[in-house]
Amino acid sequence: MAFNLKQEAKKPERLTGGHRMCAGCGAPVVVRGILRALNEEDHAVVSCATGCLEVSTFIYPYSAWTDSFIHSAFENSAATVSGAEAAYVAMKRKGKLPQGETKFIAFGGDGGTYDIGIQSLSGAMERGHNMLYVCYDNGAYMNTGIQRSSATPKYADTTTSPAGKVVPGKPQSRKDLTMIMVNHNIPYVAQTSPLGSKKGGLKDLHEKAQKALYTPGPAFINALAPCPRGWRYDTPRLLELCDLAVDTCFWPLYEVVDGVYHITYFPKEKLPVEAYLKPQGRFRHLFKAGNEHLIENIQKEVDDRWAMLLKLADNA
Amino acid sequence: MSKKLSVPGVDVSWKDITPGGIVEAGTCREFKTGDWRSVKPVWKQDACKQCLLCFPVCPDSSIPINKDGKREDFDYDYCKGCGVCANVCPFHAIDMVDED
Ligand code: SF4
Ligand code: SF4
Repeated sequence: MAFNLKQEAKKPERLTGGHRMCAGCGAPVVVRGILRALNEEDHAVVSCATGCLEVSTFIYPYSAWTDSFIHSAFENSAATVSGAEAAYVAMKRKGKLPQGETKFIAFGGDGGTYDIGIQSLSGAMERGHNMLYVCYDNGAYMNTGIQRSSATPKYADTTTSPAGKVVPGKPQSRKDLTMIMVNHNIPYVAQTSPLGSKKGGLKDLHEKAQKALYTPGPAFINALAPCPRGWRYDTPRLLELCDLAVDTCFWPLYEVVDGVYHITYFPKEKLPVEAYLKPQGRFRHLFKAGNEHLIENIQKEVDDRWAMLLKLADNA
Repeated sequence: MSKKLSVPGVDVSWKDITPGGIVEAGTCREFKTGDWRSVKPVWKQDACKQCLLCFPVCPDSSIPINKDGKREDFDYDYCKGCGVCANVCPFHAIDMVDED
């Protein structure tokens, strides 16, 4: 299971260039990382909620996917993939399919997962389909113009939670979807992120994707996917932002195998949350004089959630 | 589907749309996004240590790996010039320069 970048690099690319995601987008990095964890000889059936990823990688007649891809609506990618998996199981049983293994993967952004698709996701997980659902979380409806979602961090400036004189961005806290999925009692749940080269690059994501894909039964991965447009930072800094998200414990990396929590990354030095907020334009208003209490409020929430995770984990 | 890709509404009518909207996999390769770039990455082969840390973080799959597992020069057909690879390279083997 160990991650050998040189070996993995030799596998053929499963997400082609020529898709229409923005320059520097985090989502295709997550997708490439997940697909690279497939065994080369295995085939995949993929569907996406109609967020950025779907509308940019599957513009008829262009598909960026070298595997089978099914167009879905916003709310039902988990249902679509679970149906395909059920059909596959039935056809296999009747001997109607050639040898070889097929993997079933649904992708959704946070809008399509935390909000719009949560009922079909919950149902597919509860029914126990042998599939992986991957949420690439960029914390808003970026595709339609940066509207807040239930994954948008507290006080972020979005077009439907604009920071102004009276309201300092989104007033509510994020929903903790990873924990919600853990409570579906499925065999594998993980939270991950691509990281910079000093922190192992794609290692954490790759190892979790491999476990998620090859553990029988339903699996869920929540991956951080910075959006340079919505977060308002310069594109080259993609992985710096991921590094800061994990070093501030804003986005802890952990996995839950058969209900047992395991933290997969401990920051050498836990950084104050400002380090993560400061490079992002969507939090700029928090650094105005008089708004110190807002950052303290975010810090407290990050600390409380991290403390809870430490209590739950078997290795803290 | 025919090998020739056509853009619905431009050079085909609705009657030409494939049944069920089925298309071949990987057809995005026919769509070049390289003209989005305003800056482009330049690979300094001498400085490159072939650590391969750049190739998985390219959002546009524009750093090809050959059969020997070595990176090759950028695929400018698709590279959008985001600069993520240059920022990640530990050996400063990628420069970003203005497109001319
Ligand atoms: S500049 Fe961006 S798109 Fe171009 S090769 Fe580097 S990472 Fe890929
Ligand atoms: S990250 Fe830099 S040194 Fe490593 S393979 Fe890429 S260009 Fe070469």
